Amino acid sequence: MAVSTAPRERRLGRLERPALTGVLVREVVNFSSYWRSSTFSSTVEPTIYLLAFGFGFGSLVSRIGGYDYLEFVATGTVATAVLFSSAFPGMFGTFVKYKFQRTYDAILAAPVDTEELVTAEALWIATRAGVYGCVPLLVALFFGLDPAWGMLAVPFIAWISGLGWACFGIMIAGYASSFENFNYIVSAVLTPLFLVAGTFFPLSQLPEWAQVLGNLNPLHQCVELVRHAAFGWEGWTDLARVAFLAAFALVMWRIAIHAMTRKLID
Amino acid sequence: MGVELAIRLRGVVKRYGPITAVNGLDLDVPMGTCVGLLGPNGAGKSTTMRLLTAQSIADEGELEVLGFHLPEESKAARAECGVAPQLDNLDVTLTVEQNLLVFAHLYRIGRGERREAIERALVMAKLVDRRDSRVDKLSGGMRRRLLIARALVHRPRLVLLDEPTVGLDPQVRQELWALIDALRSEGATILMSTHYIEEAQRLADTVLIMSHGSAVAAGPPTELVAEHAGREALEVYGPPARLAEVEAEAGAAGLRTRRTGTSVAILGVDGANGYAVEGERRPANLEDVFVLLTGEEIV
Repeated sequence: MAVSTAPRERRLGRLERPALTGVLVREVVNFSSYWRSSTFSSTVEPTIYLLAFGFGFGSLVSRIGGYDYLEFVATGTVATAVLFSSAFPGMFGTFVKYKFQRTYDAILAAPVDTEELVTAEALWIATRAGVYGCVPLLVALFFGLDPAWGMLAVPFIAWISGLGWACFGIMIAGYASSFENFNYIVSAVLTPLFLVAGTFFPLSQLPEWAQVLGNLNPLHQCVELVRHAAFGWEGWTDLARVAFLAAFALVMWRIAIHAMTRKLID
Repeated sequence: MGVELAIRLRGVVKRYGPITAVNGLDLDVPMGTCVGLLGPNGAGKSTTMRLLTAQSIADEGELEVLGFHLPEESKAARAECGVAPQLDNLDVTLTVEQNLLVFAHLYRIGRGERREAIERALVMAKLVDRRDSRVDKLSGGMRRRLLIARALVHRPRLVLLDEPTVGLDPQVRQELWALIDALRSEGATILMSTHYIEEAQRLADTVLIMSHGSAVAAGPPTELVAEHAGREALEVYGPPARLAEVEAEAGAAGLRTRRTGTSVAILGVDGANGYAVEGERRPANLEDVFVLLTGEEIV
């Protein structure tokens, strides 16, 4: 018996655009059905932090590190908004789509590989984080923060940070066997990183070892970049920070693909 | 010139730890035919389906789908396959049409043909006037039709249906049979797994009976029945003691029997002249074959 002759293209490439587009279209169409709640939580939460800390602490501490406290917190909470709109959808959204909706089974039966699936999901989350990350800044502009040209870079800073955190979330979802596992990550990893990012108080207040560790915190790099975007760049140092965020995203991306391949392909 | 094969599996083995889910499976699906994978739960049908889309990777053996070697060329094969999974994985907050639109993209249908492909799928699923309904507002039967239509949106050369009617009531099941039959008559190549005897008997040109991960018999349903169970069976009802007696008598007369819970079926009675026990004569069926070959009850 002869086996049906195959067309010329036997092996499709990696990271093909049609595959990425297919997964992104699914996300965009789905977004049309839940954008209200998602936008609500991604914008209201950091705004509350901003107002509570900005006005609460702001009445005790008027200036910090040379900035108005409200301005200090407003630029810092961009990183909070990015974290909330990337790491959390990465963890919970991925797990739900894998385990409860079985969406990934359907997608992987189509000409889409796990690498493409993870990449498209991360790009989508990062894009949302890029937009939602700007909200605290917009709120602060309303409360008197001076606009600056550098702020136009904030969506990009939020995007590249969001990409890393989205991949981080997907990676955790890939290794998690149940929802309960996320509690460990939120308490032991995300909460400390969120607090020691220089969002609410400068790291220079901390002991030296904590400052060194803080510099390895991608959230801190995001906070610093946004502050410099608003108040003045620091040249090479800031470029190094962007490179650090890119490296964080790259490493998380590859590990997320590895984790999800293990989970989805048996 | 031989028959073109859509699927060719040779000696395929898939283990999960200590469990061997697929154990040396050979499977041929010629182009233009409908092959039914029949077996009880746990026979390895769903694992076989996952192997065909490279969502499971075989430990041993050769796998070819539409001429592509699996797993390394699987993506090219998947582009030309349509898969309707056993478990509904539609996007429930989207409308019928949005679900089809998403898959029109995932299956890379060009912008110019997308509209038409979606319309065709809506007609096939008989969901034209429900196009704007959210999936979570549809009945179970409608969802299953949509699940199958979604797999057909790109006119695949090969369709994989994993338990297409499991868990549906008889009326809805018949609707789906009509849909699958229409697909067959258009010349589609179909591999369908099922644990419903009647489904395999009605829809499949060839049936492959699976047990414990491998094929125990294969052929057209009527031939399998004629070969293994004869033309007619005699169904004898009675209390357990009487049934044991009937079994012993039939055994002494050189006839094969099988228990069906409340009765004993004596097989091949058409060939046994003068064998006279009170009972209901009925045509032998695939279930008889299955039980004879595997010793397992199927439904």
